[in-house]
Amino acid sequence: MLSRTADHLYWMARYTERAENTVRMLDVSYRMSLLPRNNGNGDDGWGAILAISELTEAFARSGRPLSARDVIDFVVLDRGNPSSVWNCLRAARENAHAVRGTLTAEMWETTNATWLEIRDMTPEKLQATDLGEFFEWVKFRSHLLRGVTFGTMLHDDAFQFVRLGTFLERADNTARLLDVKYHSLLPQHESPTGTTDYYQWGALLRSVSAFETYRHVYRDVITPYKVAELLILNDAMPRSLHACVDEVNDILGQIANLHSAEAARQAGELHAALHYGRMDDIFETGLHPWLERFLERINRLGDRIGDNFLVPVAA
Amino acid sequence: MIADSKMTAAKPYDEMHAADGSVRAHYLGYAEWLAGIPRERIERKRSEADVAFHRVGITFNVYGAEGGKERLIPFDLLPRIIPGDEWTALEAGLRQRVKALNAFLADIYHGQEILRAGRIPADQVLNNAQFRTEMKGVDVPGGLYAMIAGIDLVRAAGADGKGEYYVLEDNLRVPSGVSYLIENRKMMMRLFPDLFSRYRVQPVEHYPDLLLETLRAVAPAGVLDPTAVLLTPGAYNSAYFEHSFLAQQMGVELVEGQDLFVDDDTVWMRTTQGPRRVDVIYRRLDDDFLDPQVFRPDSMLGVPGLMSAYRAGRVTLANAVGTGVADDKSIYPYVPEMVRFYLGEAPILNNVPTYMLREKDDLAYVLDHLPELVVKEVHGAGGYGMLVGPAATRAEIEHFRQLIVAAPEKYIAQPTLSLSTCPTFVEAGIAPRHIDLRPFVLSGGKEIRMVPGGLTRVAMQAGSLVVNSSQGGGTKDTWVVG
Repeated sequence: MLSRTADHLYWMARYTERAENTVRMLDVSYRMSLLPRNNGNGDDGWGAILAISELTEAFARSGRPLSARDVIDFVVLDRGNPSSVWNCLRAARENAHAVRGTLTAEMWETTNATWLEIRDMTPEKLQATDLGEFFEWVKFRSHLLRGVTFGTMLHDDAFQFVRLGTFLERADNTARLLDVKYHSLLPQHESPTGTTDYYQWGALLRSVSAFETYRHVYRDVITPYKVAELLILNDAMPRSLHACVDEVNDILGQIANLHSAEAARQAGELHAALHYGRMDDIFETGLHPWLERFLERINRLGDRIGDNFLVPVAA
Repeated sequence: MIADSKMTAAKPYDEMHAADGSVRAHYLGYAEWLAGIPRERIERKRSEADVAFHRVGITFNVYGAEGGKERLIPFDLLPRIIPGDEWTALEAGLRQRVKALNAFLADIYHGQEILRAGRIPADQVLNNAQFRTEMKGVDVPGGLYAMIAGIDLVRAAGADGKGEYYVLEDNLRVPSGVSYLIENRKMMMRLFPDLFSRYRVQPVEHYPDLLLETLRAVAPAGVLDPTAVLLTPGAYNSAYFEHSFLAQQMGVELVEGQDLFVDDDTVWMRTTQGPRRVDVIYRRLDDDFLDPQVFRPDSMLGVPGLMSAYRAGRVTLANAVGTGVADDKSIYPYVPEMVRFYLGEAPILNNVPTYMLREKDDLAYVLDHLPELVVKEVHGAGGYGMLVGPAATRAEIEHFRQLIVAAPEKYIAQPTLSLSTCPTFVEAGIAPRHIDLRPFVLSGGKEIRMVPGGLTRVAMQAGSLVVNSSQGGGTKDTWVVG
């Protein structure tokens, strides 16, 4: 298939996944903010949202106060914030439009309808709607696109590039979420194996739809150590780093070309680290440095995929 | 697309009703069906069609409209019906005309016999901006230049009240609209399946199949399993929907210039599995933008080196480069002559009588009769740059007079034809609106083929003669029956 087509499909999926993960984070913070506080540092959650998406500086430049309303507006609707949900859905639709002939009618109509619906959303309108319902809507639209993709698209290379975009983005997003949340929730020098704030850690799990999964897997109280294990190493948990890298590894095997050996090697190396890795070793390295290194490697892999498949230099 | 009834004594020819108001035989079944349908059902079907067209994104980008906004082309639910025998005659005429046009193109880029025979003034051709010297002596597969031609036909009332078809213009560069022809049919079958059990309507949905066969048939000699692609200017082009639709229906890649590159006179596309050779390019990009090394150097849409590969015979362009010289309005008056010269036959299709303003006598006559005539810019297209005398204000006429006097060779003039009408659903009910017809004629391999009928365009405003979609025109499903 055309490299440019693959590129558009890949980014359509990445932007959609990014929009979904962004509202997942917001949803949790929003729900947490509705709970009575016990630690007094009320705005921490919102600062962390910005940190996860590397938007702290851009937000400061916008001159807005660090309030729930402002952070939500900025992250969801701000036209000038390239990773706002609004911009992600616009970019997803534009990428889809550029290759609509490759998409099934249902995929195109889903992406197009999502965009048409959010296009005219303003902070005032958002204020007037139930935020939780709006977050659900974004998630549903992403679920729907993924569903029609699986249900209607020929499982050929085009399909693989859509999936590749989804899982690379998800690996990146989960790692960021864990990195920031983990360290803002766990006071320094406290043991990760001790029990901690049930609601805060429960919220983190819920943001990746893993609350019940945690119970099912561990049948135990929530400890930061096990939360990290679930989101990093458990290959059966669909949003974990291990599960995402499994998929990426598998896809790269299917779309291999003459130049992609290095991409495959990097993915294999990442996969091995997760497949054979142990939580104790990760904590010995330090969770934060380990996750930073992971993000660096997943982004390097993304660049390599771009070079090998999406915008190859002329032969 | 012009014509007006004001200047002719007779009423315009109506496709459905005879002069005495009775329904023509081929519309009787439809009229009977329509009489039994409550108006609300039609209204409901109309909004159903709008929703469906919008959701699927069958839209048209209008140049000049804010930010290249996507707009729906109005779709009218009342079909234009053409009796089978009438179509058979038209089809023969279209074949003949396109064959002659291709012969003309092959000739002027090689021996130029028609010029040497004095049948067309040589300077008309050789000094034409659309004559591409780069194409002189270049051999194209099958000697075919216009593999895809869109011939615009209009119908005017003859003296005896019978409708007479005229060719209004030939479109031999990148004619568009065929996707609407197909989508209109799909929509009609979806909205009114019962109608199709009353009429045996000849199918049109196989057009992409014919097109693919045509493209494969004109591959460079020796290529056994040719790879064809469709080259689009991109997602913001007014006809992007059609490009994407045709590529998908044919199962070929929809490429932009940046997806292709030329190496050693061979054209390649960049794929995820490395470079892949391209043999035939159905390009929906004007000559000027094809290759920045040869034509406009600022073109970002083309492929550097493409012309070199093309001239070397390593890739086929459909249509060929340089076809514009044959559909230019200044050449149009000579097409019947081409039929006689190359085929030795009498032309089947009528040309509209045309005044060439470069000729002194014609110019004098036209300047005296501007309020009755239609004046067109020779290189204009899409309904831009023209004067419809009977509908123009005095100031507009004076403005055009000055333009013509300043550069008469840039204009032609024609009598205002009484363009036929077809009943159309409008706000107030059903009313006649002017229409034209664009059949798409495919040349490649052994025979010239087309799907029955064509795209019927309709001027949605009462009395308007301008059917171009860029000017707010709509479309109808076109039925060839029996």
